[in-house]
Amino acid sequence: MGLTAYIVRRLIYGIILLAGVLVLNFFLIHAAPGDPAETIAGAMGGATAEMLSGIRAAYGLDKPLLTQLAIYLGHVAHGDLGMSYYFNQPVISLIAARVGPTILLVFAAQLIAITVGVVMGVLAARKPSGPLSAVITVLSTVGYAAPVFWTGIMLIILFASIIPIFPVDGMTSARFSGGFVAHVVDVLYHLALPAFTLAIIFLAQYSRLSRASMIDVLGADYVRTARAKGLSETKVVFRHALRNAVLPIITVAGIQFGNLISGALLVESVFNWPGMGRLAFDSVLRRDYPTLLGILFFAALMVVIANLLTDLSYRFADPRIRTGGR
Amino acid sequence: MKLTRRDILGSAGALLVAPNFAFEAQAAEPQMGGTMVMVSTQVPRHLNPAVQSGIATAIPGTQIFASPLRYDADWTPHPYLAESWKVADDALSVTLNLVKGAKFHDGKPITSEDVKFSIETIKAHHPFKTMFEPVSSVETPDEHTAVIHLAHPHPALLLCLSGALCPIIPKHVFGDGQDIMNHPANSNPVGSGPFKIAEFKAGQQIVLEKNPDFFIKGRPYLDKIVIRIVPDLSSIILAVEGGQADFLPFLAESQSIIRLQKSDRLGVTDKGYAAVGPINWLAFNTAKPPLDNKAVRQAIGYAIDRNFITKALLRGIAKPQRSPIIESSPFFNPKMPSYGLDLNKANAMLDQAGHKKGPDGMRFKLTVDYIPGGGEEQEGIAQYLKSQLKKAGIDIEVRASPDFPTWAKRISNYDFDLTMDEVYNWGDPVIGVHRTYLSSNIRKGVIWSNTQQYRNPKVDELLNKAAVEKDPAKRKGFYDEFQMIVGDDLPIYWVNALPYHTIYNKRLGNVPESIWGSMQSMDEVYWKKA
Repeated sequence: MGLTAYIVRRLIYGIILLAGVLVLNFFLIHAAPGDPAETIAGAMGGATAEMLSGIRAAYGLDKPLLTQLAIYLGHVAHGDLGMSYYFNQPVISLIAARVGPTILLVFAAQLIAITVGVVMGVLAARKPSGPLSAVITVLSTVGYAAPVFWTGIMLIILFASIIPIFPVDGMTSARFSGGFVAHVVDVLYHLALPAFTLAIIFLAQYSRLSRASMIDVLGADYVRTARAKGLSETKVVFRHALRNAVLPIITVAGIQFGNLISGALLVESVFNWPGMGRLAFDSVLRRDYPTLLGILFFAALMVVIANLLTDLSYRFADPRIRTGGR
Repeated sequence: MKLTRRDILGSAGALLVAPNFAFEAQAAEPQMGGTMVMVSTQVPRHLNPAVQSGIATAIPGTQIFASPLRYDADWTPHPYLAESWKVADDALSVTLNLVKGAKFHDGKPITSEDVKFSIETIKAHHPFKTMFEPVSSVETPDEHTAVIHLAHPHPALLLCLSGALCPIIPKHVFGDGQDIMNHPANSNPVGSGPFKIAEFKAGQQIVLEKNPDFFIKGRPYLDKIVIRIVPDLSSIILAVEGGQADFLPFLAESQSIIRLQKSDRLGVTDKGYAAVGPINWLAFNTAKPPLDNKAVRQAIGYAIDRNFITKALLRGIAKPQRSPIIESSPFFNPKMPSYGLDLNKANAMLDQAGHKKGPDGMRFKLTVDYIPGGGEEQEGIAQYLKSQLKKAGIDIEVRASPDFPTWAKRISNYDFDLTMDEVYNWGDPVIGVHRTYLSSNIRKGVIWSNTQQYRNPKVDELLNKAAVEKDPAKRKGFYDEFQMIVGDDLPIYWVNALPYHTIYNKRLGNVPESIWGSMQSMDEVYWKKA
């Protein structure tokens, strides 16, 4: 199958999947008890019965559920994700303001996890029975087992309270003033703890995976040949072995993207990172259906795109995949 | 001119002209400029207090919009956007004389038409209907004079013209024919107050910048107020401790208050909440047996140890509250019964009411709900009730709600026995107290109405009289009698005043301590010179 045809087919699957996600989420969210009008009334300090009816009518909540679904899907088809019940602002603008920070957090965490995880895995694989390997294995297991919100809170206690060297919340300093470079430094300063927290759990997975993969590859004939040629161990490991060992990492990185986003939602709540996570959490509590549906839609979209990109990168990284369909 | 509380309660016939520097109690070399970073857990829907109640909107809203009057810490009204006012002898009209030259943030003049539009908007759309219900019309004889006509005397009116209750909003923006409840300008308002909106990131951050054309010359002192919305209280405490934030209002969690009181760099005050009047209480479903029996409710009252709750559970930070009217209000009746702990009496009363103990030592079973996320004031006390009421033979099941909508639905549809709740007095009993006890306000599906379904014709009569009585002493008398009756009927067991505290950087001057606290203009807050 040609590349274009492959991409088109995957895009069609993606659109069908996204439509399914929308419909399923719509029913799941509406199955939860509670009335968004009451939440809005609560935020207003109470409301009269007329006001409650007015709120329900304004947001179409007085219509049958299937009618609401039809209206909603019609709007989505036109690129309109509706208005937030709570903020009374377009959902698309609420998400647009938050999607950047979420992507930044996710990619920073992914970068840390893959880089550090692979280095740890390679170091452990060079002497699988050595003490370094044992230490890395234990650290990986602990990192994998610890819930991400717990890790985040522990890091906050350590680096924001006991040794107060990192900020506890947000993406920038409230009193920030300065140029572009200073702004970037400020964001990176705020990004450090949340990105590392999110990276830890995936770092453990990547180090375990690269360790196993490297042990396998280091025993292969072509590595023995490379060593026999008199190449240095660093060249053998990083130029010959790692390039082959990294293929499973690419696959797992793509598969893990969904988990990374769900992990980001928790990390954002712990660190008050201004991404979609906190908005998603609060939208559940507020029964802000359009906002929640919009966030879930965007999250699904990001996973679909990430999987597509993973597949494509895999095709480029491994020539056997490119020809496999023929 | 200094007014006494009695004057404030009545205020009939008063012509008041006072300088705008009346608030400047602390005169320690104010410094112009600087940024104050405020942190809050409260998430405002939008920034227009004319159509939205609540702390979250009121704090930024009162910086963006000016009101005709403002109050000091002694319940005394002062000129603000109205440089003077006069209450007619028959108390059926109030004339406001507006400051000349005042402008909205877009440069358009603030006129009496805007005052009329604002009052009419609030009357039509604000959830606190009692505030402007008696207003029959607003006359505008000239652009600096507004005459508010009343269908009957409305002694709470002056208070209703202050703080977040009466923001003056521009007619030329909000009166353009769009639905004001969903008006786009609610999130990007053109205001009349000391600060202009510079940024509103919904649920994240509000940035307010100095209004250089504010009608009070030389104010505000601060250049900028940044309100960071941080949902997690622990992060907020760390931010305040670490100097990343300068100002934290409405902190009620006792452990955090005690912790921050130990800081040399931070000031901690419980002033600034007198008008808010936040009460934490246990409500009874008075229409549901056995709680429809007054004796059972009273017995529960005798079985609860209010002092243990305030001194032990709430670590001595909260003050006991035994009345529907907050004890810091001039309307509070100190003769209210307190229902001190008396388990023998509680058991005897329940026996007498026909609820004998069964073989398991229990008389009957009740559920107690609480507002989710309310912490020690809500779930903490609900859990205490489970063990404490067992001593009177009452089997309590603590029923959790996963979120606010679930709790609100249960309570407003009368699907409860007992519930913990937090309700504000909002300055005058007409605004925040009547709604809980008037039988005419039993409205199914509406949270914070009379969800107890409490009915007493005498209470209805007293509250209705107090709402229109212009003689302050008589009005106080009506409320005294009302409190004694509900103290006996006990549709609600009032537990404690919510221990709201403000935490602030000690380098800040004129920290708001008026009856409205941070829900009133902070144009006089400043950074002290180093």
